Amino acid sequence: MTFPIKITVNGKSHETEVDPRTLLVHFLREDCQLTGTHVGCDTSNCGACTVLLNGEAVKSCTVLTVQATNQEVQTVEGLAPPDGPYTPIQEGFRQEHGLQCGYCTPGMLMAGTALLNEIDNPSEEQIREHLEGNLCRCTGYEMIVRSIQWAAENPDGIPVEIGEGS
Amino acid sequence: MIPAKFDYKPASSAEEAIALLAEYGDEAKIIAGGHSLLPLMKLRLANPEVLIDIGGINDLSFIEDKGDHIAVGALTRHRLVEQSDLLKEHIPLLAHTAGHVGDPQVRNRGTIGGSLCHGDPASDLPAVVLATRASLLITGPNGERKVEADDFFTDFWETAVAEDELLTEIQFPKFTGQEWSFQKFNRRAQDWAIVGCALQHSDNPGIGMINMGTTPVRASAAEAALKSGEANSDVADLADDGLSPPSDIHGQEDYRRHLSRVLLGRALDNS
Ligand SMILES: Cc1cc2nc3c(=O)[nH]c(=O)nc-3n(C[C@H](O)[C@H](O)[C@H](O)COP(=O)(O)OP(=O)(O)OC[C@H]3O[C@@H](n4cnc5c(N)ncnc54)[C@H](O)[C@@H]3O)c2cc1C
Ligand code: FES
Ligand code: FES
Repeated sequence: MTFPIKITVNGKSHETEVDPRTLLVHFLREDCQLTGTHVGCDTSNCGACTVLLNGEAVKSCTVLTVQATNQEVQTVEGLAPPDGPYTPIQEGFRQEHGLQCGYCTPGMLMAGTALLNEIDNPSEEQIREHLEGNLCRCTGYEMIVRSIQWAAENPDGIPVEIGEGS
Repeated sequence: MIPAKFDYKPASSAEEAIALLAEYGDEAKIIAGGHSLLPLMKLRLANPEVLIDIGGINDLSFIEDKGDHIAVGALTRHRLVEQSDLLKEHIPLLAHTAGHVGDPQVRNRGTIGGSLCHGDPASDLPAVVLATRASLLITGPNGERKVEADDFFTDFWETAVAEDELLTEIQFPKFTGQEWSFQKFNRRAQDWAIVGCALQHSDNPGIGMINMGTTPVRASAAEAALKSGEANSDVADLADDGLSPPSDIHGQEDYRRHLSRVLLGRALDNS
């Protein structure tokens, strides 16, 4: 049995039917083809699947798609428009080398975005506390924290076109 | 990992949820935030045939001043509890502890009612309900009843909430003492407590222990010693008195007993 849903993802409305057991992360990756949201642990621990649900960071491997009906989801693809510029936090990760393999990065970007939406200028401790639910197996935490600090210090980012480099 | 198949029934009011529970009986399970239930369903440790979603019942999410107590709706998410000025002022132990449940993403989804109904001795908020001597309102086909914290946690993952009932509200008496403390010992920031304790020091002190038995438990011997004015170190030595902590991969029984005394000692010295 399927269940009718209506979900806005990155500003685009999706009206369809899903098997109620479809996890939000699978709906995003498979139905919406938004594969930026990663599955790391699949057990609610790593935060790689973090997206914003009505502006709040949630682990999309632990949310049913039907639980998100009539609500708004933002994924990493919804941060910068396809032709740039990056959001400050994306630019921060570039400036401060906030990623190595990149697997955790979409989750880090979304958790960081939620933090900066709430607190303009978080302390290092607030940043670290806010990232408690996000694991990086390349152990890049120092640089991730610095990337978010960069974003807080440069709320206008750097207006470069993606692909142009600098 | 994907849960087994189920039928999905969203409820828009407590009455509707109770009617659905009556209709589907023990085939059905309530889902609130889903942050205890969905992990179990993904592992196929829980396989409800019908899932009744109460997540959209906005009427069950509230924090209200009721004079001598603060009423908290069962569906209030941990994040709202953590950030509530009313709770910070009147039940600081609760607001503080809610901020230590899991991580920010978990706190954005998990609800106080789900945390309590799950009845896990390793959870943080049951210890607060015991320490604060809260009352719990349960609604079922025959109306509403009130259960005291001491009668709520009945067995491992079992509570006083029957299969056809809903936990709707938790009433926390306003704290008039000065001193309280929450201590949680875990290995990584987002982890569950290996042992923890919640302390409210007033004329009638309350001490709730985490992971020190098959249910959330009260450290009654230590409470009595504290009430009769014994020294902190003597009170702390009674933390595990009469309790039977489990042994598992995180720690053996004797290790938990030791931890409970150290943590209660810290709570008393910090409070
Ligand atoms: C990664 C992770 C880390 C966590 N860390 C911690 C931690 O450190 N400390 C801690 O205490 N908790 C922790 N939790 C659990 C978290 O607090 C959950 O939010 C909570 O245990 C359950 O709340 P829920 O609303 O998600 O309930 P659900 O999962 O929706 O439900 C839990 C149970 O309660 C029942 N139920 C829910 N609401 C009601 C109601 N109103 N009436 C009757 N029955 C109801 C459901 O049927 C189900 O059996 C963690 C969870 C995760 C995923
Ligand atoms: S994949 Fe969701 S938390 Fe790891
Ligand atoms: S950059 Fe590789 S996991 Fe974080």
